[in-house]
Amino acid sequence: MMRLGRSMLAAAVLLLTTATAMAEAPLIQRWQTDAGATVVFVPTSALPIVDVRLTFDAGSARDGEQPGLARLTNNLLLEGTAERSAGEIARSFEQRGARVSTSSGRDTGTLSLRALTKDGILDEVIKDVADVLANPAFPEDAVTRVKRQMEVSLREDQQSARTLANKAFARALYGDHPYAAPPGGTRSSVSSLDRASASEFYARYYNRSNLTLAIVGDVSRERAERMADRLTSALPDGKPAADLPPVPSHDEAQTVRVPFDGEQTVILMGQGGVNRSHDDYYPLYVANHVLGGGGLVSLLTDTMRNERGLSYSTFSTMRPMARGGQFVIGSKVRNDALDEALSVMRGIVGDFHDQGPEADQLADAKGNIIGSFPLDIDSNNDLIGYIGMIGFHGLGTDYLQRLPERISDVSRDGAAQAFREHIAPERFITVLVGPEDVIGAD
Amino acid sequence: MVRVGNADYAITPFYPVDALTGIDARAGRQATMRRLLAALLVAALVPGLALASASRWPVSETQLDNGMTVIVREDHRAPVVVSQVWYAVGSSYEHRGITGVSHVLEHMMFKGTDAHGPGEFSRIISRNGGEENAFTSRDYTAYFERLAADRLDLALALEADRMANLALADEHFASEREVVIEERRQRVADNPASRMHERFNAVAHLGSPYAQPIIGWQPDLEAMTLDDLQAWYERYYSPNNATLVVAGDVEPEAVFDLARKHFGDMKARELPEAPGGTGMVEPGARRIDVADSRARVPRVVMGYDVPSAATADSLEDAYALMMASAVLDGGDGARLSQDLVRDQAVAARAGASYRAIARLGTQFTLQAAPQPGVSVDDLESALREQIERLRSEPVDDATLERARNQMLADHLFQMDSVFYQAMEIGQLETTGIGWEIIKDYESGLEAVTAADVQRVAQQYFTEQRLTVGRLQPESDKESAE
Repeated sequence: MMRLGRSMLAAAVLLLTTATAMAEAPLIQRWQTDAGATVVFVPTSALPIVDVRLTFDAGSARDGEQPGLARLTNNLLLEGTAERSAGEIARSFEQRGARVSTSSGRDTGTLSLRALTKDGILDEVIKDVADVLANPAFPEDAVTRVKRQMEVSLREDQQSARTLANKAFARALYGDHPYAAPPGGTRSSVSSLDRASASEFYARYYNRSNLTLAIVGDVSRERAERMADRLTSALPDGKPAADLPPVPSHDEAQTVRVPFDGEQTVILMGQGGVNRSHDDYYPLYVANHVLGGGGLVSLLTDTMRNERGLSYSTFSTMRPMARGGQFVIGSKVRNDALDEALSVMRGIVGDFHDQGPEADQLADAKGNIIGSFPLDIDSNNDLIGYIGMIGFHGLGTDYLQRLPERISDVSRDGAAQAFREHIAPERFITVLVGPEDVIGAD
Repeated sequence: MVRVGNADYAITPFYPVDALTGIDARAGRQATMRRLLAALLVAALVPGLALASASRWPVSETQLDNGMTVIVREDHRAPVVVSQVWYAVGSSYEHRGITGVSHVLEHMMFKGTDAHGPGEFSRIISRNGGEENAFTSRDYTAYFERLAADRLDLALALEADRMANLALADEHFASEREVVIEERRQRVADNPASRMHERFNAVAHLGSPYAQPIIGWQPDLEAMTLDDLQAWYERYYSPNNATLVVAGDVEPEAVFDLARKHFGDMKARELPEAPGGTGMVEPGARRIDVADSRARVPRVVMGYDVPSAATADSLEDAYALMMASAVLDGGDGARLSQDLVRDQAVAARAGASYRAIARLGTQFTLQAAPQPGVSVDDLESALREQIERLRSEPVDDATLERARNQMLADHLFQMDSVFYQAMEIGQLETTGIGWEIIKDYESGLEAVTAADVQRVAQQYFTEQRLTVGRLQPESDKESAE
């Protein structure tokens, strides 16, 4: 049948990096509300819906001596005000077809809303959210129940080798840093949390100066401003959270072994990373795309999966956070293939560290990242994720427009140098989660 | 888009999909069962909301001379396109001895043709700024590309090539079978909830091909041969068993022309009859109690044998069952959260799901995990009370309206995803329901009354249609973390 000659494909790539719809990335509008909150906004008009995301600097990095406190507080946001119960609040949203949810991680606590923009619906929903967010009552029975739910989640974590591996990796990487503890807390720390501590955490961190509000959807600038004012003016006044301490560097290789009764062993290897405001973020991003971030065609997957049939899932990833972040290489392999997998993965990373990406690998990676960028911003859901992140980290309002150019500017030397400078395989933390007789002992 | 290990239904993707976007790896209170429901049903509707989401973008359809169906969903918001080729074959077409063959073949479809070497397809799509993946389910196997809209020709050329010219080779098969076995270990063997659901399905879908796991039983995977794959490919990968769905910034006539150019010369082949259901209406009460030493959290699943939109005598039943599931689990204000999680404090989580888009008879399921200290007996009783309530009293108007409003809004929200729009069409086509049902979705939901919900509850939520599955940790080991 049809054959695609090399020259035709080369022409296609050329066309892509020049002509394709790169100008489509929206400019982000940013302003401060009178109450002092930062708002980022992108209008879209195809669907009569709007997404709103309130991001507070209220993640588990703020837990202090009480791991799980940020999660508990976040989970209690929709659990009732002095006037209304959790069920009444939820049913009020459902009656209008609105989806409201909360979530939390190491850096942030968020509340997300998706609603119809129809008159008579959106204003009511916004009023509701503003009330719920500004007046949580933290009822005793809800505190007790949410703690139980967190305990169940912690038990479920024990069933997942991957979750155990991520926890062990963070503990080893972050040491005494606030990022070290798991956002869901531990069994003992969660059991000691109470209403008073959640209420205090809320008062300290869920204030309008500690908030980034993102809006994407079918609303005018003027309506977005009204929504933002409504959502933020009721919130308590307060201070932004203090800067987190720098993440300590670790100077020695370390292996952490976590016993787990499974047919596979989970491998994680890695170290600290850089965040998006670092100059080397983009060269590293492109380098990582070649190494293990680019899916099936990346070096790690191609070797571990396509060539050797060792694993369904092998990857490397950068996880940028407010303070640095993580660079992680991971895989899951059958227990008797652990040694082979470790040696293959270490070999690939070592070679890549020494030599960097080849010219055609770099060109293909850039072609993929730049060419697929329109796919990353083709829905309101994509956009709210992006601009919420951009707002929270204080990145430029032209971030989306500049992204393709930043990738395009990455040279082979730049990628190789950034990788050599920031990534030190000889000092990697290695986490092995699997049966004791497989993962061995120190 | 890809949800695995949930309830009675799973899609097995070729390549693992990780949600690592956003600011922060996170956990929150977003009920996955509810999202599953919203994504897989075509949703619900409300008086007063009048959303008309289906008519928002036009759908065009044609059939090539060789029987291949081509459906185009226009969505001109962004200069992107999703191309999906759907084959009407999946695990429900298999039998014991070759279970998992549809999924293994899906993997081998990335191993090259006469014209393109192994992995070359992926490299071409990648360097052209695209994403590709594939997934296998009970009733279908689908391959997709997401690309800039001006790259559609490339995607179709490659899909046509592997529809006709797949080069199945022993050397690639040997390692890819290992990959699939690793996938099975990762997905099922090392996951207590998945282990339990695999067994639950085997019991609940008594005698039906839905009893077979999509990924296949381990001994069948180990015994699979290249000949099995070759036969499967020749039997089912023909244009008259395929549906091309294209969604995005495209013009229908241009897509039809491209489809004719790339697929038009292929010959139709005779297709075998698809395996059907058992004909059993009320198979009898079933029960499976799984004691699992590696589990830490108990679980109760209750599934009732119910018709799908394809098998129901009347679509009214399917709409009424959708509404019943939303009454139970349309959100945190719905009955399961209100009664079981908050008021009675017996469940840490509870959900209901009904998947109407299926070729054969399906399940209406409830599932829950107990709060610490609550027995699975008590949890099962609480779930049964909810069923009894649906059977014995009509749902009040406010509850019905709320459930409908949320389903309608959810369906409109789903239109935000170009991929979802194509997916919905492909699922409806390959299950024999037909995409046109989308047009009637809102009115279908609107017509459901409280009496309808009570009627389907009384008809279908009976002991003789019920399977109860319970997962209990063998010993409740304590640990510090």
